[in-house]
Amino acid sequence: MPGVDDSKKPGARHDAGPSRGRLAFYQLLLLGGILLFWYAMTEPGLIPPFYFDDPSRAKFFFGQPAKVLERIWIWFSGGTIYLHLAVTLLETLLAFVIGTALGLVLGLWLALSPTASALADPYIKAMNAMPRIILAPIFAVWFGLGIMSKVVFGITLVFFVVFFNVYEGVKEVSPVVLANARMLGATGRQLLRYVYLPSATSWVFSSLHTSIGLAFVGAVVGEYLGSARGVGYLIHQAEGVFDIDTVFAGILVLTIFALVLDIIVTQVEKRLLVWRPKAAETEAL
Amino acid sequence: MSTPALSLEGITCTFASRERQGEAYTAVKDTTLCVGAGEFVSVVGPTGCGKSTLLNVAAGLLQPSSGAVRVLGEPLTGINRHAGYMFQAESLMPWRSALDNVTAGLEFAGVGRTEASGRAREWLARVGLAGFERRYPHELSGGMRKRVALAQILILDPRLLLMDEPFSALDMQTRQLMENELLDLWSADRKSVLFITHDLEEAIALSDRVIVLSAGPATHGIGDYAIDLPRPRDVNEIRLTPHFVELHTEIWHKMKDEVLKSHARSRRQ
Repeated sequence: MPGVDDSKKPGARHDAGPSRGRLAFYQLLLLGGILLFWYAMTEPGLIPPFYFDDPSRAKFFFGQPAKVLERIWIWFSGGTIYLHLAVTLLETLLAFVIGTALGLVLGLWLALSPTASALADPYIKAMNAMPRIILAPIFAVWFGLGIMSKVVFGITLVFFVVFFNVYEGVKEVSPVVLANARMLGATGRQLLRYVYLPSATSWVFSSLHTSIGLAFVGAVVGEYLGSARGVGYLIHQAEGVFDIDTVFAGILVLTIFALVLDIIVTQVEKRLLVWRPKAAETEAL
Repeated sequence: MSTPALSLEGITCTFASRERQGEAYTAVKDTTLCVGAGEFVSVVGPTGCGKSTLLNVAAGLLQPSSGAVRVLGEPLTGINRHAGYMFQAESLMPWRSALDNVTAGLEFAGVGRTEASGRAREWLARVGLAGFERRYPHELSGGMRKRVALAQILILDPRLLLMDEPFSALDMQTRQLMENELLDLWSADRKSVLFITHDLEEAIALSDRVIVLSAGPATHGIGDYAIDLPRPRDVNEIRLTPHFVELHTEIWHKMKDEVLKSHARSRRQ
């Protein structure tokens, strides 16, 4: 691992860049810069028009940061957004939990049963290769416009990520650890519970960021394609009337929401994978 | 003479070749080996000579192509329940703390949680790891992990210990410490030990008997030497005694040709 060598070099920590507080400051500065640029380019009459003939055309196409933030403020202060957010969150969580559970069970089963694995192999590969986004409208027909169709769609996205990770994870359980457990008297069932499952779970957690992200994508895309609730629905509605500010407001809310989910996942991961070796960390005194 | 703890009679192990179909590779051929009750037996041989294959047969992890395995006089079927196996490679479960690794065998046997962890604490203390119960394997040094592995096996009180070059990955100092500790633990209740190593000095310093294997393939025993050095021993000091040197010279003389053969073969490939 190159990371280990780097951290052992004296002074490596100082080469790593600015301290955390400074870094956060620069990051905020960058955000401010982007917002300022956005504002300058879209505010009618602020700079002479150089691309559009009409000075208010840029505003129409790209929205305005102040309007976007105002829209978000109205959503949250007026309380209209909460129902939509809750629906999207519920869809995401259901798709994530069910998809992960299915991927875990099927991954374990196929990895441990060579016959089943050989039988299912071409189908699994085919289903994974299929552009599954195409399925979303079909699911809307099959499961209606409620949350069910989004959850099923999210499951098809999450399932494969978890499935392949678990499958690989089980295949890569150290044969020595396995033989050792058998010598210590583990039965087949105990091997599953004490060796295969913990090993596979660690792989599930390494795919957690990807799979929760995909569950989220599934929920939003599903809503976008046909629904009556959810943030994806809000965005779709606004697009229908060319309300670009609201579209951007929806995207911003979704982004912040996704970041929060990611932070939660990182925290959970930290707690559950304490046994994982990390690259050597040294503290500067 | 009492029933031997382990006897391998005419063991042959033939593997199907992975590269070329239809060709077979005979790792071990017609090997007979016996470990008496309470006896410490070492098997030495050049690298790649099928020592680990023999040990896996004794453990019941590998079915021999022909030959019989007897454990305490009974023919072996399936996993050897009387044996504790200490592996050359890392064998601890990385997701379990040192304490939980030591309790694993008891858990598998259905011993209650509180009793298991109580006994595991005792064993960790006996291998010098009191205070390290909550550490995960990656937080322990190589020598500490070997101690945990030893405690993990000894807590089940096996009649027979199978050890596959357990200390070969350790540095010299740690290794000699571990060897002495192993002898201490062993002398407490004299389990039967089958110890595999490529290091002749280690074999002589620890054992009652040293068996020399020929170079592979088709490994078989070519020498059986009784080590009549007095016990208790200190592996550091015993290496310097004249009798040790005599034994070493005698066995090394026999081993040398095999090591050269094995070396020549590996260079040709």
